Amino acid sequence: MRQARFIATMTLLASLAAPAFAQLAGDADRGEGFWNQCKGCHMIGPEARNRIGPPLNGIFGRRAGAVEGFKYSKSMARMGSDGLTWTFETLDAYIDNPKALVSGTRMAYRGLKDPQDRADLIAFIREFSDKPRDIPEAEPSIVTSQPQLADEVLALQGDPDFGEYLASECGTCHQGDGSDQGIPSIVAWPEEDFVVAMHAYKQKLRPHPVMQMMAGRLTDEEIAALAAYYATLEPQ
Amino acid sequence: MAHNRRTFLGGAAAFTAATLAAPAVIGQAKPRVVVIGGGTGGATCARYIAKDSDGAIDVTLVEPNATYYTCYFSNLYIGGFRTFESLAHSYDKLTGEYGITLAQTTAEGVDRDAKTVTLASGEVLSYDRLVIAPGIDFRDGAVPGWDLAAAEIMPHAYKAGPQTQLLKAQIEAMPEGGVFCMVAPPNPYRCPPGPYERISMVAHVLRERNPTAKILLVDPKEKFSKQALFEEGWQKHYSGMIERIGPDFGGANVSVRPDTMEVEIDGTVEKVDVCNVIPGQQAGRIAHVAGVTEGDWAPVDPFSMATKADENVYVLGDASAQGDMPKSGFSANSQAKVAAMHIRGALTGSRVFPAKYSNTCWSLIDTEDGIKVGASYEPTEEKIASVSSFISQTGEDAALRKVTFEESLGWYAGITADIFG
Repeated sequence: MRQARFIATMTLLASLAAPAFAQLAGDADRGEGFWNQCKGCHMIGPEARNRIGPPLNGIFGRRAGAVEGFKYSKSMARMGSDGLTWTFETLDAYIDNPKALVSGTRMAYRGLKDPQDRADLIAFIREFSDKPRDIPEAEPSIVTSQPQLADEVLALQGDPDFGEYLASECGTCHQGDGSDQGIPSIVAWPEEDFVVAMHAYKQKLRPHPVMQMMAGRLTDEEIAALAAYYATLEPQ
Repeated sequence: MAHNRRTFLGGAAAFTAATLAAPAVIGQAKPRVVVIGGGTGGATCARYIAKDSDGAIDVTLVEPNATYYTCYFSNLYIGGFRTFESLAHSYDKLTGEYGITLAQTTAEGVDRDAKTVTLASGEVLSYDRLVIAPGIDFRDGAVPGWDLAAAEIMPHAYKAGPQTQLLKAQIEAMPEGGVFCMVAPPNPYRCPPGPYERISMVAHVLRERNPTAKILLVDPKEKFSKQALFEEGWQKHYSGMIERIGPDFGGANVSVRPDTMEVEIDGTVEKVDVCNVIPGQQAGRIAHVAGVTEGDWAPVDPFSMATKADENVYVLGDASAQGDMPKSGFSANSQAKVAAMHIRGALTGSRVFPAKYSNTCWSLIDTEDGIKVGASYEPTEEKIASVSSFISQTGEDAALRKVTFEESLGWYAGITADIFG
């Protein structure tokens, strides 16, 4: 009965889960080649200033239409006040097809169609924005979603050994002896409660930002492994 | 040399005893890991290797201090929110419960060809895998007029311990209406929000004890971590007390004169009462001695934390150049677990799973006004790359800030138990 309920829960949650897409880590050196298509209008680097287009230093995390002294199209200014912020995803969409994202943009560029080419160009531009090493809240430096795991790892469903390794990350905050000060105990939770709670964080139904981040990068198998491991622990 | 040979013979004797006791491993001595540095990265790595290998790996931790004081929460001690003793951690559990050998001395040399570490005592340790986790040292000449000898007058207080006590005592002894000055470091440095949490804690103390005192923050950086949150908090709690001089106004052009307690900022001399100099930083000395650094830091393989220079030598935490992770205790703890897993895999054939990294930094602005920033990371061929992040928001209500502060207390208890057992 317990097993049947567990499977039913997993199926329900799996149908809600977002599809996985592969990580696209750009190659900044290769991207510098594509910058030739941009540099007729845009500057980047220490001497950058407004030209036909605005400078692209520090663009990551910046509101659209926000460079002081630059005359934007009405359309771009409007997108900025609506909240468009430049990230990997929004830059990717804009470079793919500028008018699809900002209808009245003045940027006369036909678009860069290959996703890897765009990722490389964005990686080059990313070099001129805040580094997360120095400012941890800076925009991410690669696009990713679900971690891609080898088949042999994927086969370890509910594997407490794998769970024990993954749990080393949880143990930085959640204490193994089950103490409960400021951060709740997760020791000896029933497996299915654990799985449901983690998927609720993953889908951002539960609000806590640290847990949304941690759960958001766990696969179904990893959540199952963690649940299997924590179920074996005894509070001390 | 004689000592070297004696160590070798001692090793051979131990080897013989081991083969007698455990015939299953005939022809194979117990693999040895030496960990240099008993801070967050080193102690976590030592504990995880010892714990998860169940005695199959011989772990020696080289650390000169009997007691470790965490840098994280040392600002809270300055602010009066923690006792000094609460920052202290001993290695007793690591040695007693996990069988780790503590060599209470410094490492002076590393011979990567011979796979040996020479200690200050002259003793030579051989290793199969070496972990170097020395934290930071200050760069010579980073702030003209300041050197380590001047730290007795103008403390850095950026390695927790007596320096932290000295700075706290100086702040509490400031004359009425005096000036506290901080010279903040350039990027990259340990704990990006650390200097600004410290400014908050100093302001908290002065508001209670010396409300007409002023705080001068001299900063070479245009932007800093959690800037909007700190500036909102300073405006709210410490209005009019804190002046920040950024690079536009000469914050990157600073020298100090410890003998006269003066700070020269872009040609203008300021007389101050306390001066907290946090200079530019580099990997701790032994990482350079081992020859695994390029420039100030030691580049590492993002998938394992092994150095690019030598696959048998790992560098963890602040001393490493890995990509996007900030130099923080949380990062070092996270990296140490990945390294421990790889080292066990190499030495005992245990399973190696894909690396996962994360970081969260909590900071305190005033009583029960806590904020946080964090991110998760993945290894790529080029670097450990940030894939998602979050940060506390400006304008959050007091109840949420209190919960965030309480969470930081839970985190401190959790991570120190995770490091020291």
